[in-house]
Amino acid sequence: MRGISKAYGPVRVLEQVDFSVTGGEIHALMGENGAGKSTLLKILSGSSVPDSGEILIDGAAVSIRSSGDAASLGIAIIHQELNLIPQMSVADNLFLGREPSRLGVLSRARMRRETAAWLEKVGASHIDPEQQAGTLSIGRQQLVEIATALSKDAKVLIMDEPTASLTEHEIEALFSIVKDLRARGVAVVYVSHRLEEILKLCDRISVLRDGRFVAERPIAQTSFDEIVKMMVGRELRERFPRRAVQPGAVRLKVENLADEGKIRDIGFEVRAGEVLGIAGLIGAGRSEILRTLFGVSRRTAGQVSLDGKPLSVRRPGDAISAGIGFVTEDRKRLGLVQELSVRENTSLVHLEQYARAGVVRPRAERTAVERLIEELRIRTRDPELQVRALSGGNQQKVVFAKWLAKPPRVLLLDEPTRGVDVGGKFEIYQIINSLTAGGTSIVMVSSELPEVLQMSDRILVMREGRAAGIFDARDTSQEQIMRAATEGLRI
Amino acid sequence: MTTHLKETLQRLGPLLALLVLCVALALLSPDFLTVGNILDVMRQVSINAVISFGMTLAILLGGIDLSVGSILAVSSVLIALLIKADYAAPLATLGGILCGAFMGTLNGLLVTKGRVAPFIATLGMMTLLRGAALVLSQGSPISGFSSDFFAALGGGYLARIVPLPVVWMLALFAVFWFVLDRTVFGRHIYATGGNAEAARLSGIKTDRVQILVYTISGAMAAVAGVILASRLDSAQPTAGAGYELDAITAVVLGGTSLAGGRGWIFGTLVGALLIGVLNNGLNLLGVSAFYQQVIKGSVILLAVLLDRAHKNE
Repeated sequence: MRGISKAYGPVRVLEQVDFSVTGGEIHALMGENGAGKSTLLKILSGSSVPDSGEILIDGAAVSIRSSGDAASLGIAIIHQELNLIPQMSVADNLFLGREPSRLGVLSRARMRRETAAWLEKVGASHIDPEQQAGTLSIGRQQLVEIATALSKDAKVLIMDEPTASLTEHEIEALFSIVKDLRARGVAVVYVSHRLEEILKLCDRISVLRDGRFVAERPIAQTSFDEIVKMMVGRELRERFPRRAVQPGAVRLKVENLADEGKIRDIGFEVRAGEVLGIAGLIGAGRSEILRTLFGVSRRTAGQVSLDGKPLSVRRPGDAISAGIGFVTEDRKRLGLVQELSVRENTSLVHLEQYARAGVVRPRAERTAVERLIEELRIRTRDPELQVRALSGGNQQKVVFAKWLAKPPRVLLLDEPTRGVDVGGKFEIYQIINSLTAGGTSIVMVSSELPEVLQMSDRILVMREGRAAGIFDARDTSQEQIMRAATEGLRI
Repeated sequence: MTTHLKETLQRLGPLLALLVLCVALALLSPDFLTVGNILDVMRQVSINAVISFGMTLAILLGGIDLSVGSILAVSSVLIALLIKADYAAPLATLGGILCGAFMGTLNGLLVTKGRVAPFIATLGMMTLLRGAALVLSQGSPISGFSSDFFAALGGGYLARIVPLPVVWMLALFAVFWFVLDRTVFGRHIYATGGNAEAARLSGIKTDRVQILVYTISGAMAAVAGVILASRLDSAQPTAGAGYELDAITAVVLGGTSLAGGRGWIFGTLVGALLIGVLNNGLNLLGVSAFYQQVIKGSVILLAVLLDRAHKNE
């Protein structure tokens, strides 16, 4: 791609961007949220047309004006949110839109046979072509998408945040498949926020910032720090801000907690001003602990006490009035009401605070929201803007702000920095630190081990719905935690 | 700020359409722009508008209420029976409205506790309650209330000029505006309709919000039933059939999204007036009843298509 520019109205999203990838390499495309990555991908996959610039494949200029064009040129994209139709079988999905048929009658046997063959090529012969796609794990669904791309004879494969919802083992499996594709001469464009992964997997890296091309480097000749610097345009001396809080008295005490089948025998204590990290594989029951404490899932056994008093939570409202907040994962689905403004989302939880007899006092609401916007440094031109217009990091800060109108006694965090860029992450860590400095207890579920290790005081490791151990964050390591999370598991 | 401005302009689109239509009709027919005719249009609109206010709340939740026409019939038949049984007219009227509210509550319980999709729940209630109205009235209209109070509710005037149904409509409009724009409950409706799961995790009792909304919708249908029965001096078990579609039309014309979470009550009022003015204008111009339907349908589709085109820009 040469000199690609694209503007939406007055906003220039891409300016004179060059990007090239050769067959047989894995090329990382990086940049903070809003740097223009997704627009570049849209242009490559035909869902957006550039204002100027040209795209060349094997030296010949081509025009990509639709996703059909992209497909016939051998460009395939695997989105972060997978695109399989959950009710249909794997084989139906693989051949979607180009079903083999005779006189309009599907050739089912042929579909099944060929699907099995393509699945085998991506090392997924354990997937049954007849199975409903929606019943497969996310990792397996992704393999089906890769097989689909290959079956369309893809020469360029774009992967957008492919590891975001995978377990550690699925990631390993994915990496070996991607390397295998490279060996077969496929050009892989790999988009991810996870720098560690990119350093491990990719051959070259291109960095975008504010819609411009910053640099291209062979991975071997660059470093973690240099990439971060290229992305944010300044040096980030630390990825995690320093924290110095002396935990106080026991705030939250959990004994023998169980829900309707996902977790049991969970026990831990969290002190005032302390961060308890919860680590473990996806599906190990980490989020379920938070959901049960917050009254989303039903508690079937065990006791919970808050500041020494027994606590009975039947619905989220009970937890909220006890002073517990819950920054949920998946802000689009669980955290925010996308149709509402930044103001309306921010004031949603504690709206009664600004109301008298059920009538909202607009000025009181506005003042409080503006204070939170400033405190959390939420970057929005106007609190009346729809929350969907904000960048991922700023949306996440709005999810935090919802709970901070009244200082919470306990704040539950579920993947608090997922899909947030490096700069935004640092700011969220600062929010967490200022909360603990004010005495709030934090329980944080995260799949990013460095984050869990650096931000927590102690770490609860989950395995198959049970506690596999509690470690002091200062004298444990990623390896020790991974071992505790996977020991004895049959994969 | 420019996106803000654009959004506001877009929201005012239905009002603009109403004004254009009024100007056109004023030019085409000398009878249109007279105080008498305008008040007449508003009186005719009032029944649909009152139902549409309740419908707006249901649609804001991402739901729908198909049972409003049947609730209207049951409530008015019930009021007629109570008056015939010598209950005081104000008491009978109140009873009818409470009964409408209660039928709405049943809708709400089906949707929340019974986890039935709103379309199906209220479709079932629509059929069931139509039958109930026929059973209660033994299939024939109940006429002649001989109550001045009841006759005034739909046929009276304020200051001898403004029909009381218009007063009810505007008063209810003000209440709905206030509730949606200024109260915690109103905010909870938008939040629940926009993203029920996020609302629930924010501590909002989404079930209660939904039950209340269907209750209000039922009560509004009953109020419309009062106006209709009072004007006709007759409660008819078949009254209100198809009114749910007129109400949905008004809500959608007013710019409220069928997907929930977005919309406003002012749009609904404008949507109802738009339909009323169009009816009135086509009558004044002497357009045949057959063509009137064709024209109305086309206007609705055109309005929604224009709205789509705006949003896709």
